[in-house]
Order: sequence, then C-alpha cells, then structure tokens
Amino acid sequence: MEGIIKQYPGVRALDGVSFDLLPAEVHALVGENGAGKSTLMKILAGAVAKDAGSIQLDGRDVQLASPAAAQEQGIGIIYQDFRLVPELTAAENILLGHEPLRPGTPFLDAATGATIARELLERLGESFEVRTPVRDLTTAQRQMVEIAKALSRRVRILVMDEPTAPLTDRETEHLFHVIRTLKADGVSIIYISHRLEEIFQVADRITVLRDGAVVTTCPAAGATTADLIRWMVGRTMDQEFPSIPRTPGDEILRIEHLTTIRVRDVNLTLHRGEILGIAGLVGAGRSDLARAIFGADPVESGSILLDGKHIAPTSPQDAIRSGIGLLTEDRNNQGLFLQRTVRENITIADLGQVRRGFILDLKKEDAAADTFVHSLRIRPANREAGVETLSGGNRQKVVLARWLYTQARVLIFDEPTVGIDVGVKYEIYVLMNELARDGAGVIMISSDLPELLGVCDRIAVMCDGRITGTLPRADATRERVMALATAFA
Amino acid sequence: MISSLLKRFGIGLALILELVLFGILSPYFFTPDNLLNVSLQISITAIIAAGMTLVILTGGIDLSVGSIVACAGVLSTMALKVDVSFALALTFALAAGLLLGAVSGGVAGLFITRFNITPFIVTLALMTVWRGSAFVLTEGRPVWELPDAFALLGGGRILGIPAPTIIMVLVFAVVHVILTYTRFGRYVYAVGGNAEAARLAGINTKRVLFQVYIVSGMLSAVSGILLASRMNSGQPNAGLMYELDVIAAVVVGGTSLTGGRGTVIGTLIGSILIGVLRNGLNLLNVGSYVQQIIVGAVILLAVLLDRLRA
Repeated sequence: MEGIIKQYPGVRALDGVSFDLLPAEVHALVGENGAGKSTLMKILAGAVAKDAGSIQLDGRDVQLASPAAAQEQGIGIIYQDFRLVPELTAAENILLGHEPLRPGTPFLDAATGATIARELLERLGESFEVRTPVRDLTTAQRQMVEIAKALSRRVRILVMDEPTAPLTDRETEHLFHVIRTLKADGVSIIYISHRLEEIFQVADRITVLRDGAVVTTCPAAGATTADLIRWMVGRTMDQEFPSIPRTPGDEILRIEHLTTIRVRDVNLTLHRGEILGIAGLVGAGRSDLARAIFGADPVESGSILLDGKHIAPTSPQDAIRSGIGLLTEDRNNQGLFLQRTVRENITIADLGQVRRGFILDLKKEDAAADTFVHSLRIRPANREAGVETLSGGNRQKVVLARWLYTQARVLIFDEPTVGIDVGVKYEIYVLMNELARDGAGVIMISSDLPELLGVCDRIAVMCDGRITGTLPRADATRERVMALATAFA
Repeated sequence: MISSLLKRFGIGLALILELVLFGILSPYFFTPDNLLNVSLQISITAIIAAGMTLVILTGGIDLSVGSIVACAGVLSTMALKVDVSFALALTFALAAGLLLGAVSGGVAGLFITRFNITPFIVTLALMTVWRGSAFVLTEGRPVWELPDAFALLGGGRILGIPAPTIIMVLVFAVVHVILTYTRFGRYVYAVGGNAEAARLAGINTKRVLFQVYIVSGMLSAVSGILLASRMNSGQPNAGLMYELDVIAAVVVGGTSLTGGRGTVIGTLIGSILIGVLRNGLNLLNVGSYVQQIIVGAVILLAVLLDRLRA
C-alpha cells in the first residue's frame, strides 16, 4: 500500500500512508485510537474507498472496490466484534456465501459443508461440533469460526483487529499458536492490538501509526514497549499511572448482604476520595454488582447505604438522583447515542439543569457541553460532532462528562480503558484520581490487573457472585488476586 | 453541485423541483385557491403524521391511526346527537373523540411497555379493534343529520385559510418545539437511538414510549373529528389505509424507521411533497390508477435521494 490518503469530513484519517507486508509474516499495526489503523485496514479489506494512493499485490496494482473484490484477492479481515450470523451454525457461517451444492442440483450439501468446516477447524486445533449455532459458542470459538471462514476463502492476508481483547490468558495462548500455524502455512497476518506485550510475542515487524501517518516500521526484535509508546504518543510517558495525592475520607457507600440473580451476599464499603478496584474473571458478577447498585437490575435482598442513608434504587433514574453514575462496559451499546451529538450525549442524564419551565435553554446547554469538551480535551473539540465519528477514547470521555455533569458522588467505571490507547488511558486514570481527590467515591471494575494494581487503593476480588477477599494495594499481588478470583473454581 | 445542494436541502430540494415542474405544466397550479386546496387536502393525514413521527423516532410504528380516525369520528358525531345545547354537545363530541385516541394510545403503550410486545403487532390488533368498533357502534351505517355548525370545524375558513390547515400548522409548530426544545423531545430521540443507553442514563423509557403512543392516538382523533366535520357525517369506513399514507410521509420526510433520526419539519415537507404530487397530477388530468403508480415511484425516489444524501 503506497501513499494512501483518506479524508473524512473535518479529518484527514490517512495522510499518505505506505505499508508493506511480506509473505508469511506477522506484521503488527499499532497506534492510538484515531491514528488511522482501522481506516487503513478497511481500505485493504475493500470496506472503505481510498481517496488517493495505490495497492499492489505480488507487484501488481489491484483495485479493491468492495469487500468481495478484496476476498477474491485473498484478503480477509476479522473485526473486533465479529461478523457472524448468530442463528446459523458454525459450519453455515464458515461457508456463508459459497456453500457447497449437491452436484448438478441447486440444493445445499450440508454433509459436505460440515466436513469442510470440520477440517478447517481441525487445522486450528478445534474440535467442537460444527452444527452448533454460533450464538451457543464461546467468544474464543466464535473467533476460530471467523478464522476458519477466512481460511475457507483461501485467505493469503488476514487482518485481525484486537483479537485478544475478549479472550482469557489460555485462549490467547491458543490464538498465538494458531497464528504461528497460519504463518507456517504461508498466510501473512496483520495484527492490530493495544496490548503491547503481546505484540512482541507474535509479531515479526511492527508499524506505528500516529495521526494518520507512519511513524516507523521496524523489526519487532529491536524495539521495546517504551519505544512503541513513545512513537504512538509522540512524547515520552514517564509513568504508566498517575500519582496524585489523595486522602480517603469517611464512608460514602456501604453495601450490605446485597443479593441479585447473579450476585450473592456482597458486603462492601467505599470511602470518599478512594478508588476501589473490583477484580475477577469474566462472569464473576462484577458488572452485575455494578448494575444492581445502579438500579439497573432488580435486587432480591440486602441494602445499599449512601452517606449512611438507605437507598433502594429500583431504576437508574433513582440511582442517578441519589448521586450514582455508571460508565458501562459496553460504551457503544449501553452508554452512547451514537447518532446524536456530543452535546446531547453529555447533558441527557440531567436535562433539568438546562430547563426553564418546559423549554430547554439550548444556549446554556451549549455552554455546559463546551466546558466539558474543553476540560476533558474531547477531540474533535466540537460539541456538535456526532458521537459516531469519535474514537473509543473520546467516546469514553463523553460518557464520563455525562456523569461529571450530573455531579455524581459515587462513580462506577466498568472496564473504562478497554479498547482505549495508552495516552487516553493515562488521562482517564488522572480524571479518576481527580474525582476521588475532590471527594467522590470511585469504583473501578477491570480485567486488566496491572491497571487495578496501579490505580486502586483497595481491590475487592469477586468469584461466582461473591466477594472472596479485599486487599489493600500494598498487599495485592497478581498471585493473591488470582487465588481469590478462582476461589470456587 | 447537485450533491452539495442535496446535502443542504435534502428532500426540500425535491419539493422545490416538484413545485417548479407543476408551475410550468399547469397555469392554475400557483393560484392561491389551488395552494390552499392542497393544504386542506394534506391536513388530515399530515396531522396524524406529526404524531407518527414521534412514534417512529422511538423506533416504533402505529398502524392503528386510520381506524382511530374512523372510530373517533363516529364517536364524536354520535355525541353531537345528544339532545343538549350545541356548545355542550360539541364539548362532548370533542371529548369523546380525543378520549378514544388517548385510550387507544394508552392501551398500545401499555402492551408495548408492560408486556414487551412489538408495536407492529399491538397496533395492528388495535387497528382491527377500532375499525370493528366503528362498525359496531354505527351498525355499519354512517352517522348523518349533524348540526350545521359542526361543519365549520373542517370546512370553515379564517382569513380565507381553511381551519384544518391552521390546525395542521399549529400541530407541527407545537410538535417541532417539543422535539427541539423540551426534555421529552430529547428523550424521544434518545429512546429511539439507543433504548438501553437511555435507560441507563436515567430516562424512564417506558413512560416516554407510553406518552408517544398517546400523542399519536390523540392526533389521529383530531384528524378523525376534522374529517367527520368535512364529510358532515361519521363514517365507519373513514381513514382506510391512512396508516400507509402517513408512514410514507414520515419516511419521505427523512425519519429513520429504526428510530433516533428525523425531524417533524421533514415530515411536513414529506406530506406536502406527496400532496402536491397528487394535486399536480389531478390538474394534469392524470387518471387515478396511473397516479398510484407515480406516487409509489416518487416515494421510492424520495427515499433514495435521502439515502444518497447520507
């Protein structure tokens, strides 16, 4: 790919990017959100048209005008959120669009299809039943279905966008093994990830993008994590976590014997000025606990005390009124109104502040939105920008602005930094610290243990709906947290 | 150049083209009489379309509107025949019609929010319930012999402008203000854009949905009363297939059927676009069968234009 340019309204997403891929190579593509990785890959996959530049395959110019054209050239892409039909089986998904027919008839040959699918999955070291509907598969299995789907189309270049984000450590190991197998079979892989340590495990070469341009392309062997971060951010990051002095004060939130369908007898306290981490494996009930406190899921028994007063939020509305805010794990589906503007997304939870009688004071709303766009450095710095045009990090800032606007005293962050790049991650940590410093109580749910260890004052660990232990930061080690997280496993 | 014009004016541009075209083809088109006539013709469905815009913005649909038109018309005209003073009878009539609209919207809202049944099914059922009710109430015969003064509602003019036109303009102005400048309006967009995010932002999404169907039902009732007044009778088969005309106007006006995107001004333009088309074709003596084909094609074209703009 040479001199690729892509202009979006108001942004030059790619500004003359050149990128080369060798046969049987794993080439990592890194950069902050908004650096242009996704756009570049969508152009390669034929999903987005470039404005200028050329793409050559085996030295020949190719036009990748559509996803079908790209597939024909052996280019496959696995999106972060997958593109599978949940109601169809694994085999049907793998062969979607080129199903085998009974010779000489227009009828599907399901048996042959299943055999082909089974063989493909075996190459990937998977042996689950190919006639299972995709909705019943685990995330890791779905990912293998995606890879098998690409293989069924004789893929030569496979783009993987954040493939390990939803995987456990063991599944990640397996994925790396699969990547090496594919490489040995001659497939070239473009690997996009925010997890820099992983990149050194699988990549041969690394290309760093920043602001729509290539910073460098180098062999993975010679680079370090610090180099990558410097290139991505454009400055040296002295520390990964901020150190802002805070003093935890008196108790602000107390949970007693809280029980819901997925949470069992949870006791918890949170102090003003404190950041409390909640660790645990996926499915341990961490998000369910957050949703129960926030009134989003029904509580069966137990009590929630805010500032010593019983509250029993039966809806998010109640919880917000009491001063609780929740930044959901799934920003796009549960947090944001993607079609609406930054302004509307910020003020939606407390329009009462800009209301005069029945009428909204739009000038006042503009001013409020501008304040947050400025103070949180939301980019583009335009309150009227549609949220769907923002990067993940900036979307997260918009959700955060919403709860700052409601002046929430207890803020629950559920996986606040997933899919967010290093620079913005740091900003989010700083904001959490500042919130706590100014007297709020902060709860941070995260699967990223180093992050919890770096940011939180105490870490509560959940397993199977219960809290299995609470560790002060000084005593929390990876091993102790994992032991508590698997207490019932 | 065409694409940048389209981006700025969208469906409005199509309307202007249409006006220019008919202006050239028919000398009578741009006379005040004819333009007022068009406004009167579109007023009945446009008023319903204003309510439908709210419903569609939340991601829903209301198929019961045409039947509400009939049932509200029938109820109102029956109330008019109660043997009291005209002022009192008229009050009964308006109350009865509007109440039916509110009840229908309330029932729809209840089934949709409380029992999680899709709006399509709920309002489809109500469509047949109210149509049937209109026939049962009248035993299949129109309600005739109404007080003469009742006809003023749909047939009267103020400063030469038909009363339904004035009511239509008022309805659109109010709905526009609600959508743009009130909390409720903002919530309508939020619920249609992302219901779960709306709930987690502390919005009582069920209440918003409930209210939206009530508004739709009541505006349908307003149209039903106006239509009964214009026909000077309560017709149980009034408003047949109105739901389709109304949905067409909303969609042509640029509102997304999946919710969260659209404006009521767009709906007004959509209503005018279709109304002007019918009127223009009439002036050009195009037969009604051919008209249907042309109207259908123009709806497709209008939606296509909107798509190209995005």
